[in-house]
Amino acid sequence: MPCPVTARSYCGLMTTSGVAIEAVGLQRTFGDKVAVADVDLSVASGEIYGFLGPNGAGKSTCVRMLATLLAPTGGQASVMGFDVATQAADVRLRIGLALQEAALDDKQTGRELLALQGRLYGLTKEEITRRIAQVTSFIDLGQAFDDRLGTYSGGMKRRVDLAAALMHNPQVLFLDEPTTGLDPISRTKVWEEVRYLNEELGMTVFLTTQYLEEADQLADRVGIINHGVVVAEGTPEALKREIGNDVIIARVKNPERAAEALRAVPGVSSVDIGGSDITVGSANGAALISPVAVALAEANVQVELLSLRVPTLDDVFVSVTGERIADAAQSTENGTN
Amino acid sequence: MTAVSPDVSTDRGAAVTARPGGFFRDVLSVAGRAVRALPREPEAIIPALLIPVFFFFVNTGSLTDLAESSGAITDFKAFQLPVSIVFAVTGISRAAALVTDIQGGYFDRLLVTPIKRPALLLGLMVADFVLVILLGSVVTVMGLLLGIRFETGILGIIAFLVIGALWGLAFAGFSYAIALKTGNPAAVNSAFLLFFPFAFISSTFLPVEQLSGWMQSAARVNPVTYLFEGLRALILEGWVWSSIGKALLAIAIMGFVSFSLAFAALKGRVAQR
Repeated sequence: MPCPVTARSYCGLMTTSGVAIEAVGLQRTFGDKVAVADVDLSVASGEIYGFLGPNGAGKSTCVRMLATLLAPTGGQASVMGFDVATQAADVRLRIGLALQEAALDDKQTGRELLALQGRLYGLTKEEITRRIAQVTSFIDLGQAFDDRLGTYSGGMKRRVDLAAALMHNPQVLFLDEPTTGLDPISRTKVWEEVRYLNEELGMTVFLTTQYLEEADQLADRVGIINHGVVVAEGTPEALKREIGNDVIIARVKNPERAAEALRAVPGVSSVDIGGSDITVGSANGAALISPVAVALAEANVQVELLSLRVPTLDDVFVSVTGERIADAAQSTENGTN
Repeated sequence: MTAVSPDVSTDRGAAVTARPGGFFRDVLSVAGRAVRALPREPEAIIPALLIPVFFFFVNTGSLTDLAESSGAITDFKAFQLPVSIVFAVTGISRAAALVTDIQGGYFDRLLVTPIKRPALLLGLMVADFVLVILLGSVVTVMGLLLGIRFETGILGIIAFLVIGALWGLAFAGFSYAIALKTGNPAAVNSAFLLFFPFAFISSTFLPVEQLSGWMQSAARVNPVTYLFEGLRALILEGWVWSSIGKALLAIAIMGFVSFSLAFAALKGRVAQR
């Protein structure tokens, strides 16, 4: 649903209805190299959507297209109802972008950078002062706000970058790998701030990440992208449930023989080998753990470790980008058609 | 005594709405940032001042007696001052900073804003103009302190500065063109090489009539030769409009070429390629 201009300041607060980001057959090639092959997206207003994938999967290229920095070579995309290629100016007024490497200017202070950002979005002097106060109330910029950015730590730069993306109160916030290279404490802090923006201010967030935990923790919905194609999409819970309710991890000396034995155990829904670890998916892991142990003993396999846990997005990722990638790609296709 | 107006500082209802900033405000915003950066980069400004001062003293120190005794030049110091201001302002630009922005991603951050694209370059040029006027002033004051007098008086001094600054700006267009085209700091540094033929295949040390053979022919097509003539007229002769006009025309031609290249490069850079 396109956002009516007269009501645009309220659109950011919508949490239940409306499509914030839409892409159909989005494609981008650089010469012969296909960065984004075919991406369909539909992100609702108020949603946190996580794009999960390894380096070079096409995540950043997608974000750059959605943020009007790069024109698609095929397909279409719109943000808040405006086409990213033909109505870029309208898109720009409604989005904020924090790039992978905090894109700042070492010679300016944090305050100067935010003020300049405000001016470029047409804010008055009074609005800029007020907005800096608001933004710094939920993005912790600490004591160094009036120091030059060149002196900031990596985590601080990331937060200034985030604050800069928020100066004009955007409806949709794009975060390209917001925590790559950050220490765990800074990472948690960025997560808290992103959650606040989404929950308290109703901001739609589109983030890319290569951290499974980040997608799991933050995103309402996750799209797994590999080689420029979305290979799986859903809520983290739904994606994990595809693996099974529980997984049993068995670390063994000879995984091939063990896997063969385990596939014969009734109640086992999937068996994946990753190095010396075997991941056994099942609907009820607790009931299955003793048959698994017995099967391993009967197969004469030496077990180094046997544990039961709930599946993670890591397990999903292995399953969709590993041996069974063709199946996963097929199921995504069915899902989107 | 009743407080009726709510505190708007944290009021969600008073949320701001993004809108285009407007062309002039965009230019001023970009210029403001660039001007702020100037005193924070003394490492870039100090060499720009040392080079013209160095050449002034070396040139006048070695050639004054020879030039003046030949009868071709009556006051070699005054003859050299235009060379100093041209050396001071040529090659001054924010092109290196622009490349840093491009490489670091800050340029992308600016492109995501609704900024009017030409303001990205014009704003930097405003800052360049401020700096070249400052550098030119230092050189001019040095000349005045050394006893050089302007035939055209105080207005002539201002004209001298403005013409020098306009030349600096016209030349900066090439640096911006290279910066925007390549996004490569080494390429921008090499723009300095352009300076040598312009600055030395000219009436830098002697009047153009005194130059020999190919050098004289080459100097006659070098815009800097006409620039020197106009600037020298302001000091040594007075308001000789034919010379001053040619200097302005030379700057206009250079500026037209360099700005065309620079804005074409900007257009390529900001396209959603």
